[in-house]
Amino acid sequence: MMKKTIGASQSRAFYAFISPWLIGFAVLTLLPILASLYYSFTDYDVIHAPAWVGLGNFRELFHDEQFWNSIAVTLKYTFISVPLTLLLSLLLAILINQKVPFQGFFRTAIYFPSMISGVAMSLLFTWIFNPQAGPFNYVLSLFGMDPIPWLLDERFALWALIVMSFWGMGAGMLIFLAGLQGVPASLLEAARLDGAGRLRSFWHVTLPMISPVFLFQLIVGIIDSFQVFTQAYTITQGGPNYTTWFYVYNIYISAFKNFRYGYASAMAWLLLAAVLLITWFILKASNRFVYYEGSR
Amino acid sequence: MSPSATAGLQATPASRAGRREQAWSKAVSLILLLLATAAMLSPLAFMVSTSLKTSKELLVYPPQLFPKAPAWGNYAELFRNGEIKFGQQYANSLIVAVSAVVGTVLSSALVAFGFARYRTKASGLLFLLVLSTMMLPYPAIMIPQFLLFTKLGLHDSLLPLILPNFFGSAYMIFLLKQFFSTMPSELYEAGRIDGCGEFRLFWNLTLPLAGPAMATVAIFTFIGSWNDLLTPVLYLDSQENFTLPIGLASMMSSKFRLAPWNLLMAASMLTAVPIILLFAVAQRRFVEGIVLTGIK
Repeated sequence: MMKKTIGASQSRAFYAFISPWLIGFAVLTLLPILASLYYSFTDYDVIHAPAWVGLGNFRELFHDEQFWNSIAVTLKYTFISVPLTLLLSLLLAILINQKVPFQGFFRTAIYFPSMISGVAMSLLFTWIFNPQAGPFNYVLSLFGMDPIPWLLDERFALWALIVMSFWGMGAGMLIFLAGLQGVPASLLEAARLDGAGRLRSFWHVTLPMISPVFLFQLIVGIIDSFQVFTQAYTITQGGPNYTTWFYVYNIYISAFKNFRYGYASAMAWLLLAAVLLITWFILKASNRFVYYEGSR
Repeated sequence: MSPSATAGLQATPASRAGRREQAWSKAVSLILLLLATAAMLSPLAFMVSTSLKTSKELLVYPPQLFPKAPAWGNYAELFRNGEIKFGQQYANSLIVAVSAVVGTVLSSALVAFGFARYRTKASGLLFLLVLSTMMLPYPAIMIPQFLLFTKLGLHDSLLPLILPNFFGSAYMIFLLKQFFSTMPSELYEAGRIDGCGEFRLFWNLTLPLAGPAMATVAIFTFIGSWNDLLTPVLYLDSQENFTLPIGLASMMSSKFRLAPWNLLMAASMLTAVPIILLFAVAQRRFVEGIVLTGIK
C-alpha cells in the first residue's frame, strides 16, 4: 500500500484511526507506569492517602529475605526451564523436518498440550504428581524408583514445575519448524556439494540461518518466565516453605493480600527494569553471534 | 548444471550409502518422535480417563488408564452441583472472551489501518511506541490499573476484563498492519474515485479483504482471554462472577490434596473444548499466527 504524506485532513484521519490506541496507551499504560513509579516511593494501603517515604521501599526490599528468595526462585526456574525447553523444541522441529511420514500428525500432537489453559494444565499436573495415586511416581516405580512427594517436598517442588513446563514447548517447536523450512534448499545443496556432511551443514548453514529465531524465542521465553504466576497460585501457593515463591506471586501477595501497594509497586518497577535490561542485553550480545540475512 | 542434473549423474556407490544413511536417520527420527508424542499426549489421556472415573477408582493403585465403566455422570454433576456454579462460570468466560475478541479485532484493525495508510511526522515514532509496548509485563502496570478500575466502581465485575480490549493490542496492531501494508494502493485510488471517504475505504474495502488476518487475531485474543488467570484473580471476588480459570483454581484449594479429581478433570476437559474446536476448524490460522508473532 502506498502511504499518503500530504495534508492536514490526512493527518486528522490518521489520528482518528489510531485514537483507540492513543487513548488506551495514555490511560491504561503510560499513566499506570507513572503512577506505579510514584507509588513505589510511598506507603499506600488505599484507605489512607499515599504517604511519601522516599527510597524507603527500596531500602526495605534490600533487606527483605522473601524478595531475594523470590528472585532466586524465578531465576532458577528461568535458567533451567527456558534453555531446556528451547533445545527440546528445536530438536523436535529438526526431527519433524526430516520428511518423516505423518509429519502433520506429529506437529499437531506435540503442539496440542500448549493450547490447554495454564490452570487446567496445573490441575492436571498436581494430580499427575500426586505422591500416592499419581501416575508419575508409578512410571518411576517401573524403573525401580521410590515414590517422591514432588509438590510437597522443598527439594522437588520447583523441579516438578520445571518438568511441567516442557509440555508447553509446542508453540516454540512450530516457530522453529517454520524457521527450518525457510532455510533455502540451494544453500544446503551447495554445502553438500562442497563435501559437508549432515552435521556440518547443520552447524554451518542451518543453525546460523535460524539463529534470529532462536534469539527471539530466548527473549520471549525469559520475559514470560519472569512472569510465572499461574503455577504458584494454582498448584503450590508458593510453597512448600517458599521454594516456589515466584516474583510475580510475591508482588501479588504484597499488593492484594497484604495491601502494601507502594511496596509492591517498587517490585513491579524493578520487574519492568529487569525486562528492559534483559532485552537490551541479549540484543546487544546477539550482534556478535546471530546471523541476519542481508547484513554485512 | 542444475541440482537435479547433478543428482542424476551420481548413481554411484557413495550416493547409495548416503541414501541408506538417510533411511536410517528417518527411522531414528520416527522412533524418537513417537516417544515424544507419547510423552506429550499421555497426561492428556490421563486427564480424559480421570474425568470418567468414579471417586473409588481414583485411589486404585497402580493407576488404570481405562475406568471400568465411564462415569459420564461426572460431567453432569458439574452443572448439577449448585455450589460449584460451573455453568455460570462457563457463561462468564464466554461473555468475556467474545467481548474481548470483538473489541480487539475492531480497535486493532482501526489502529493498524491508520498506521498502514498514513505517514505523518509522528507516525513512525508512534508505531515504534506501539512495538515497544509488546513486551511490557502486565504485572508492572496491574496495580495502578486495578486502583483505577476499583475507583470507577468496577470491582467484582467482568468489565475490567473486557474494557481494556477496546483500545487495541500491540501484537494485533502489528500483525494487522503487516497485512494491510500489502494491499495495493490502486484499490484505494479506485475507492476514492467512487467517492468513498476514508472510513468507508477502511470498512467497505479493507476489512472484507482482511478476513484471514482478522481470524488469526480473533483466535489468539480468544485463547488469551479464555486462559487468563491473573486479571480475574485481581478483580473477581464472588463465585458467580468467576471466569473458568479462577473457578477451576478455587475448586482445588491447598487444603484438600485429595480433591474430587474426577470432577476437576471433567471441568478441565470442558474448559479445553472451545479451544480444541477452534483448533479443529482453523488449524492453519494457529500455525500462521504463532509463526508471525511468536505468541504462545
